[in-house]
Amino acid sequence: MAIILDQNSKIIVQGMTGSEGMKHTQRMLDSGAAVVGGVNPRKAGATVDFNGGTTVPVYGSVKEAVEATGANVSVIFVPAKFTKSAVMEAIEAEMPLVVCITEGVPVKDTAEFFTAAQRSGKTRIIGPNCPGIISPGKSNAGIVPADITGPGRVGLVSKSGTLTYQLMYEVRDLGISTAIGIGGDPIIGTTHIDALQAFQDDPETDIIVMIGEIGGDAEERAAKYISEHITKPVVAYVAGFTAPEGKTMGHAGAIVSGSSGTAAAKKEALEAVGVRVGKTPTETARLAHEAMESLKK
Amino acid sequence: MDLYEYQARDLFEKHGVPVLRGIVAETPEQASEAAAKLGTPVVAVKAQVKVGGRGKAGGVKIAKSPAEAAERAEAILGMDIKGHTVHKVMVAEGADIAEEYYFSILLDRGERRYLAMCSREGGMDIETLAKERPEALAKVPVDPIDGVDDAKAREILSEAGFPDSEQDAIVPAVLKLWETYRDEDATLVEVNPMIKTGDGRILAIDGKMTVDNNASFRQPDHAGLVDRATTDPLELRAGELGLNYVKLDGNVGVIGNGAGLVMSTLDCVAYAGEDFPGSPAPANFLDIGGGASAEIMANGLDLIMSDEQVRSVFVNVFGGITACDQVALGIKGALEKLGDKAVKPLVVRLDGNAVAEGRKILEEFNHPLVTMVSTMDEAASKAAELASKEA
Repeated sequence: MAIILDQNSKIIVQGMTGSEGMKHTQRMLDSGAAVVGGVNPRKAGATVDFNGGTTVPVYGSVKEAVEATGANVSVIFVPAKFTKSAVMEAIEAEMPLVVCITEGVPVKDTAEFFTAAQRSGKTRIIGPNCPGIISPGKSNAGIVPADITGPGRVGLVSKSGTLTYQLMYEVRDLGISTAIGIGGDPIIGTTHIDALQAFQDDPETDIIVMIGEIGGDAEERAAKYISEHITKPVVAYVAGFTAPEGKTMGHAGAIVSGSSGTAAAKKEALEAVGVRVGKTPTETARLAHEAMESLKK
Repeated sequence: MDLYEYQARDLFEKHGVPVLRGIVAETPEQASEAAAKLGTPVVAVKAQVKVGGRGKAGGVKIAKSPAEAAERAEAILGMDIKGHTVHKVMVAEGADIAEEYYFSILLDRGERRYLAMCSREGGMDIETLAKERPEALAKVPVDPIDGVDDAKAREILSEAGFPDSEQDAIVPAVLKLWETYRDEDATLVEVNPMIKTGDGRILAIDGKMTVDNNASFRQPDHAGLVDRATTDPLELRAGELGLNYVKLDGNVGVIGNGAGLVMSTLDCVAYAGEDFPGSPAPANFLDIGGGASAEIMANGLDLIMSDEQVRSVFVNVFGGITACDQVALGIKGALEKLGDKAVKPLVVRLDGNAVAEGRKILEEFNHPLVTMVSTMDEAASKAAELASKEA
């Protein structure tokens, strides 16, 4: 099962022929993901040979790629200034899943393509400014390193890429059903709540690790959702207790504005609904192990 | 990036929002000249700070002559308003205020669209209004694709309780404010107050704006809005080097890859610091990003080492795309370049991509200032301990 991405995922890469696209398409292929095409209007009809003997055709548009390959996932590596039109093209082609890796997308563009996806009702967007999603042993759409951990029964959802890797590493003995990096921008296509809901419904996920950070109120909303809908154990981590007010901490969405968006408020909201919140990533991993142990009893 | 009131005023004017004339002054003499140039019987001298509540703090004064404007400016310049020092005032035309309204458009992160807010009871602090008289504050969702057209503008004004007869005068200002929001890639446009004058004109008297830094590639003018004079010099240098850096108050320099991991590292250092004399705390946030080269790593380290407050440095990398050997080479390069000038101890924790190669490089380098620690929590503790000793 896993969530959102599985062994039936057929991936195309928008921006495959760029340097980031090439590097990560190779890595996705190496991890066993089915990358079936690339999109670049200027290189339509060409093919690209990757190490390991896979030849990937390049199509002129997302629509053509879908028609030729039956792709159901598009991973986007195009530069920020072209991201909106790339995502819009995927939405118009009714692509079921769009994983937008690109960092630095103006929030106005994201607001517009997210609205377009909502209107179409056909496309789920993950990101932007995210590492993507991996269901170890099944598929891998994005830039999450596949060699950190193998398949298992921990579901992981995170705003941050490297904290995803850190936590995957610290629970590597348990393994991961799906790890999803939802991104650190103010507007993102898939939220903590979407992931929590999917993990709750996934028979291959036993516990959920949720990683948040300062800015916005997504974690507070998630806490409310957990209290009402999630019966599986959830452990959480929140980054940014030491962040000063009014400063953007790397991620465009990571900012404490006045008294809102603080890590303390998020931790408090999560603990109020019974979620155990780790003080550090390592302590969070320990809580995850305890949660898994307690299920065995 | 938050803008100053005068910058918001200029952008409003550029987009046709009705505003009053205003001139920026940095000295009492300039304020006097500005008042003379405006030539109105009354001017307002307003502190330019990026924080609310300046009126209550005494940062806005009325003056009835150029000499009085100079006096007011003298009192306001240098004032501390909630930790912000006033370096500039805006001398603005006086206005004949009959009524005060509130209007804003902002990014609604939670609902993933925009929100327009409007009230007939402007002038006061909007958070207070929202708390004490929520029924007086209209909140109307704005679709990011459809935006604000004439009908939406009227919907917002109706929600705020403006009768149809009064809306005609205000709609044009609302449409221009929407255009400002849209065309400047803003995430906040706020007018408080928007006023009606005795003769029925609508004017934006005080404005606040935030613009999206991610849009700088298509907003070339926004680079000119950065206030270099009040930006930390290390932050300016980091910006020139393309490094994602925020200066903090502590003495443990922090460098890592990925915004989330670096934020987490700061927290781990602060927790660990509680156990040591002087409670060492993080000195900065520095994210070298994904797939960083040895050169980026070396630049980052060089920047942190040049911070006089820094007593120890914690390099925390989990290699996803970033390769630990590149990080190790960057550390080696930076220390070799500094030579005898390198005096601050470094604690390095590497994991993930190419970790064996990275650790090997540092083991062979065997520099007396470098300590390798295998876990993040232990490394944070070691860095805090060293900062405590060096202090």
